[in-house]
Parts: sequence; C-alpha cells; structure tokens
Amino acid sequence: MAAVDRPVLKPRPVYLNLFAIRMPFPSVVSFLHRVSGALLFVIGIPLLLYTVQRSLASPEAWVQMRAAFDTPFAKLVAVVLAWAFIHHLFAGIRHLLLDVHIGVELAGARRSAALAFVLAILVTIAIAVRLW
Amino acid sequence: MTPNRIVVGAHYGWRDWLVQRVTAVMMGLYTILVLGLLLWFGGLDFAAWKATFGNEAFRIATFVFMVALFWHAWVGVRNILMDYVKPAVVRLALQVLVIGALVGYAGWTIQVLWGGR
Repeated sequence: MAAVDRPVLKPRPVYLNLFAIRMPFPSVVSFLHRVSGALLFVIGIPLLLYTVQRSLASPEAWVQMRAAFDTPFAKLVAVVLAWAFIHHLFAGIRHLLLDVHIGVELAGARRSAALAFVLAILVTIAIAVRLW
Repeated sequence: MTPNRIVVGAHYGWRDWLVQRVTAVMMGLYTILVLGLLLWFGGLDFAAWKATFGNEAFRIATFVFMVALFWHAWVGVRNILMDYVKPAVVRLALQVLVIGALVGYAGWTIQVLWGGR
C-alpha cells in the first residue's frame, strides 16, 4: 500500500467567499434562488402554518386574519414572500429544464435566467397591484 | 485504465440532488391544485376555505406537500450552511436548530390539519 497511489485530495467542503466571486447574470438568478429559499424557510413556513391555523379557527378569526392582511406592513411582507415563492418556482423550473438538457448552451442559459428573473418580478408587481 | 476521477465522500450528494427535484415537482403539482381550486371557487370565503380543509383527500395532499416542503427545505438550507458557515461548531448548531424547527413544523402541520377533530 504505497501512499503515492492515493489521489491528492482537495480540501472539502469548499467554502464560498461571495465577495471574491464575479457573478454573471445566471449566477445572480441562482443566488436569488438561495435568498428566496432562505426567506421562505425562515419567514414563509411559520407564517403559512400560523395563517392557515388562525383562518380555520372560526368565522371571526377568518375576518380578523383578513383585517390583519390590510395593514401596509402585512402587505409588504406578503409581497416579499410572494416574490420569494414565484422567483424560487420559476428559477426552479429553469433548473429542472437544465437537468433534462434544455437550454444548456450559454446564450440560452442567459436568456432563461433573464426570463425567470423578469417574469417573477412582473407577477409580483401584478400581485402587489391587486393587494393595494 | 485508471479512472479519471476517484469519487470520495459519503455519496449522499446524488440522493439529495434527486430528493430536491422530486419534492420540487410534488410541490409544483400541489401549487397547480391550489390555484385550480382558487379559480374554481372564484376567490375565497370562510365557508369554501373550511370545506376545502374538511376534505380528507385535500388534507392528505396538503400533508404530503408539507413533508415535501420540509425535506426540500432541509436539503436547501443544509447546502447554504455548508457553503457559507465555516466554523464546524456553528454550522452543526445551526443544522440541529433547523432540524428541530422542521420536526416541530411537522407536528404543527398535523395539529392544523387533524387537530380540530
């Protein structure tokens, strides 16, 4: 068992220093996928459970939840979470398409990244307009 | 002939990769179901909302969605922690915290779906 037979191991796991990485647009979209996912985990899941639980409690609680939704702060939170969900969904669909080798060339990948980003913002604006 | 690359590690990477995609598709289907129901009812009032959650099939579909969501969240958050949190102690503590939260959320989900009866 000679040690030279062993391949040279890279130090793992690899840590990413975000400030040392140049980010072309698809990686911005990919990074926002992480940001939106983190938002959905930290705020989205508990808020979803709380909202559904309260709204099912009684007709009065339902009315209270609707009223709570009417404050500017609640609307802001709702819009941010709506963006997070929609961006995560669109960027996720893009990832699934890339997995089956659709749009893997550089130009196509750039275009689909821009499409997911812009569509998510447009749908979020539509929701914000409806809320206000 | 020697292989170009010798794979080392615990081999859970490919499984997490697959889990992330399977759970994503499951959540996508549930999202379509909920959007379809919203269109069907033409908005939401308390009676329709209560009736929807009174349906056992919808409760089970919702539970499956939530489990997919928790598993998906675990894979994603773990990846984020592995990439950006260098001190092993802090990373482990955060991972334990995340697992604890997700298990708690699963209990909360059961309480919301079946606790009222």
